[in-house]
Amino acid sequence: MKISRIFKTILMLDFLGGLYIALRELFKSKKTINYPFEKGKISPRFRGEHALRRYPDGEERCIACKLCEAVCPAQAITIESSERADGSRKTTRYDIDMMKCIYCGLCEESCPVDAIVQGPNFEFSTETREELYYNKEKLLDNGDRWENILAANIKVDKPYR
Amino acid sequence: MEYLGIIFSETYKILFLLVPVLVSVAMIVWLDRRIWAFVQKRQGPNVVGPFGLLQSLADALKYIFKEVIIPSSSNKVIFVLAPIITMTLALISWAVIPFSATQVLADINVGILYLFAVSSLGVYGIIMGGWASNSKYPFLGAIRSAAQMVSYEVSIGVIIINVLLCVGSLNLNDIVMAQENLWFVIPLFPMFVIFFISALAETNRPPFDLPEAEAELVAGYQTEYSGMMYAMFWLGEYANILLMCAMGSILFLGGWLSPIEIYPFTLIPGAIWLIFKILFLFVLFALVKAIVPRYRYDQLMRLGWKIFLPLSLTWVVLTASYLFYFNLLPIN
Repeated sequence: MKISRIFKTILMLDFLGGLYIALRELFKSKKTINYPFEKGKISPRFRGEHALRRYPDGEERCIACKLCEAVCPAQAITIESSERADGSRKTTRYDIDMMKCIYCGLCEESCPVDAIVQGPNFEFSTETREELYYNKEKLLDNGDRWENILAANIKVDKPYR
Repeated sequence: MEYLGIIFSETYKILFLLVPVLVSVAMIVWLDRRIWAFVQKRQGPNVVGPFGLLQSLADALKYIFKEVIIPSSSNKVIFVLAPIITMTLALISWAVIPFSATQVLADINVGILYLFAVSSLGVYGIIMGGWASNSKYPFLGAIRSAAQMVSYEVSIGVIIINVLLCVGSLNLNDIVMAQENLWFVIPLFPMFVIFFISALAETNRPPFDLPEAEAELVAGYQTEYSGMMYAMFWLGEYANILLMCAMGSILFLGGWLSPIEIYPFTLIPGAIWLIFKILFLFVLFALVKAIVPRYRYDQLMRLGWKIFLPLSLTWVVLTASYLFYFNLLPIN
């Protein structure tokens, strides 16, 4: 062993250097966030919980074209449709199995009328599996709840589509 | 009736010591996790109570309500006994720690010997737990722990001899009083460093946490334990760490003496000074945990037997010859 190395070992210089760094970092600002109270920034393209949107007058956007059902790689979407009294085609059933869903965003991508979208919400865990079989009512409800953010996100992302 | 009175007064005194110790153990666990997190730039436990101070209490409550699982192939009596022994041994050592000239539960004249003996017995709890679990990892962890604690106890013993040479008494209060003019940390600084590192090894703290090296041994001797029994190991471990800090402050940092004997400082009671010193050493413990990687087992043994033992023995000879040559030996 070199003399300098022995000297270094006996005086524990490496250890003291480490201790100095530890003390310095101790008082610096933290890099982690205080999660349940404080959340990280989410991109407008974030693919979270699904929602079915409405037009401003309250009419459902979905026209039951079933493109999303066809494109869904996990086959998580089930749609049934029928003609309504005013002659328009609307869904009578729109189910998403949130456990089958792989959150790829293809349904949102394929939708010609921006009806089905994936919102910024990622905190929708449930205590039972049954609660994760979303039906039309639940999805429309999500749409009403997140409409402001959803509309803003679509607007921000429009130029890139 | 008279005996009853004595029992009550003693129980009262013991509770008055043990309850603060247990509460401070809970707080110290929080402090440990918090410092560890802060060095790594994380937040650490901060939700339960102000600054997360009650986190350990919440953990303890969780442990109490959890089911205690005793493996079917284990030796049940010893399995249950092991955490009890660990915690009891960690707590009874506090009896001789002096918080001021008069505030000491048992002012026995072999205090340091008692402390040393009890902390050596601590290995029994671990080895019994590891053996009684009847499982590979706890057994290996217990063997490692036993070998490690025995090795480092030797150097701690020799370091204590160093201090005793300068004091001439085994009473902890006498040891503190002998440092009235000069804390032993100054003349015996290398011994203080070796004591600190040995204390890390003795309490299975990083970088010497091989007995519970999670990458190799899951959780060492604690692997099969759950619920309150696990919590008792955990309490015992941290009570032992606190005890080692207290031992370090009494042997080297002047115990309950105030650092400067000037008017405003002398007003602060000795117990507060001791607590400050224990806290200082504990913060060092926690920082070390955050910055060092784990030793390999052969490196650990090499450090204990080939470096610390000869070094501390040489220092005994040096101290003894110095004291003898200058006629400073404290002979009563």
